Amino acid sequence: MLDLIYLVVLFPLIGFLHNAFLMKRIPHRFAGAIGTLAVLIPFLITLQIFFEFKPMERTFPHIVTLFPWIHIGNFHLDIAYQVDQLSLYMALVITGIGSLIHLYSMGYMKGDSGYVRFFAYLNLFVFSMLNLVLSDNLVLTFLGWEGVGLCSYLLIGFEYEKNSAAAAGMKAFVLNRIGDLGFILGSGFLFWLTGSLKYSEIQTLVPGIAHFADYTDLIALFFFIAAMGKSAQVPLYVWLPDAMAGPTPVSALIHAATMVTAGIFLIARLSIVFMAAPHTSLLIASVGAFTALFAASIGTLQTDIKKILAYSTVSQLGFMFLAMGVGSYVAGLFHLMTHAFFKALLFLGAGSVIHILHHEQNIRKMGSLFSKAKITSITFLLGTLAIAGIPPFSGFFSKDLILEKTFQYPIYGTFLWTVGILAAFFTAFYMFRLVFVVFFGTDRTDTHGKKIHESPLTMTLPLLLLAIGASIVGFLQTPHFFLHIHTLESYFEPILFPGKVYANTVGSAVTLQALGEGDDLKLAGFAILMSLFGIGLAGFLYTDRNVEVKEEHSGFRKILFHKYYVDEIYDFLFVRPFVSISKIIAFTIDRYAIDGFFTGIARVLQGLAGILRRFQTGFVGDYALYITLGSFFILLFLLVKGV
Amino acid sequence: MNALISGIPSVYFLALAGILFSIGLVGVLIRRNAVIIFMSVELILNAVNLVFVTFSKTLLNVSGEVIVFFVMAIAACEAAIGLALVIAIFRQNKSSNVDELQSLKW
Repeated sequence: MLDLIYLVVLFPLIGFLHNAFLMKRIPHRFAGAIGTLAVLIPFLITLQIFFEFKPMERTFPHIVTLFPWIHIGNFHLDIAYQVDQLSLYMALVITGIGSLIHLYSMGYMKGDSGYVRFFAYLNLFVFSMLNLVLSDNLVLTFLGWEGVGLCSYLLIGFEYEKNSAAAAGMKAFVLNRIGDLGFILGSGFLFWLTGSLKYSEIQTLVPGIAHFADYTDLIALFFFIAAMGKSAQVPLYVWLPDAMAGPTPVSALIHAATMVTAGIFLIARLSIVFMAAPHTSLLIASVGAFTALFAASIGTLQTDIKKILAYSTVSQLGFMFLAMGVGSYVAGLFHLMTHAFFKALLFLGAGSVIHILHHEQNIRKMGSLFSKAKITSITFLLGTLAIAGIPPFSGFFSKDLILEKTFQYPIYGTFLWTVGILAAFFTAFYMFRLVFVVFFGTDRTDTHGKKIHESPLTMTLPLLLLAIGASIVGFLQTPHFFLHIHTLESYFEPILFPGKVYANTVGSAVTLQALGEGDDLKLAGFAILMSLFGIGLAGFLYTDRNVEVKEEHSGFRKILFHKYYVDEIYDFLFVRPFVSISKIIAFTIDRYAIDGFFTGIARVLQGLAGILRRFQTGFVGDYALYITLGSFFILLFLLVKGV
Repeated sequence: MNALISGIPSVYFLALAGILFSIGLVGVLIRRNAVIIFMSVELILNAVNLVFVTFSKTLLNVSGEVIVFFVMAIAACEAAIGLALVIAIFRQNKSSNVDELQSLKW
């Protein structure tokens, strides 16, 4: 059964091919069902494989080689999939949450003219993502990596007739290319040092290479740049809020379950490099913490329901990177999964709100939805509680673990923790601002006389399932003062163990500071207090008051409202100079120098031809004259020179 | 080339051939009437024939005279085809002036 892992990748591919090539010929309902099944069946297969693999006992991966791919000299690369704790974990999240999102899309996209195309893209997306996480080598991972990049471009620009959507698609594509450069450079360095691109080989070869430790920081840095692009970290995060131009289920899929988590996955996959890279790790932690706070602060004043969630994603990814940076890979991966649940739930909930209100996205035009759409409201509230870090919902456990580990980190740990806790406070604040404005308070909806009713079952069912998940998955790993479950930690041990050993031998392992008796309880209590404070502040500011309707912002609020003007700064620093240079090259250098050179050649030849064509009169007599003169001169030459 | 043919030095014959050839060549180059150009071509051919005969006699080798027969045969053929062409062109263009024939030029 383990060998059947290729089916997990095959089904989405079949779904994509089917919908892509029979696009015009199949009824919508059918295409949606095919698309959903193409992800649901792999989920069931993965689940079966998961139990068969016995991840809690087994310590070595199972590799399934499908067929040979690149065989040059001693270099061997196959289309091969690696079944281990990490890839199964990722595949379960992707297919599990992915199939719910597909199911939801069947309801959400109903009546859309691009319905079949949408499902084709979604399947291709899932296919690429599964290749990314299941691959046993860096090159196949890179193919998946590029595949999700392409699909995000296609899906974000799904409504390509809108200029903004097309531009957002391109923005995502271009920014991701910067990250890809990091990926390629990192892979190149790894290959240069180890001579292999297979994860399992790298893992066994690295400890035997004498000077590898000198390069870990550099390689880790390159891969971190790659992760920054995909996982939207400062400074490469700007594509992600714009990605909201795509249909809402796409946002849920990209933001929750798939693409943006690729960076975290990559770091976990190459843990042997990252754990032995103390400087880059500190950089990762700093960037993560900064991103968490930075994006959360922008989220506080946005008015587009999806934009708020988008900044929230950037912020939560920051938390994950913070965890990876301080060396708590389990916490990062744990938050990856809990985030997948609650963020998918929140996005789909937001989609449901948008659906109910007939494509209204501005929260200033929403209000008191709670009484009108109970399922959407309650599930959304559960998701919000989870992301705000209120126990016993999932987000609390993962975020608490991250903050605790950060606090224990010996280098700037307390400072990073402060930034993290501030970000957590902001998270609770902006999420509950959203809840209070949209679901409670004054009714500001204007639906132009259309009726408001709850979304159909295909949409509410995923919401319910995700809400259950978002509420309970936190119990996979709990602090010792609360049940003391450490399932994930022992689950990931086989994956992280080689890295830990290597980091210890080269002496770059960071020992976390021990916590005093009861300190972890104090930390958790403080985090909960901060969250409650954020919720309280949001409640104080945004219930029964219409502050939100005030359009004018001044001072720092204005800067926040305009997202720190980052887009404008990038526009000024990169886009405009680039456009000017391009214009100079296109309209001056190309037109005058290069075109001039080539048209110059043409002109010279034309001139020569103009002279020669005078000899071609068409008169027989002229030709006879030339022959005569020619013969005459040849004879003269022969006479003078002698034969 | 001091050998005598019927008491006349062969160089005289060659000079005559040269003169005939030059007259023929100039005729081809400067005349515009296709028929006269043909006649000039015949003149050139005859000049060549004369050279052949002269050398055949001087060198006591008969193959030169044999070639003369070939040249005459080919000249006859050429004249037949050429005159047919001239007539066809004349029918087409109502003229036998070669300057009006420049369909070789695109």
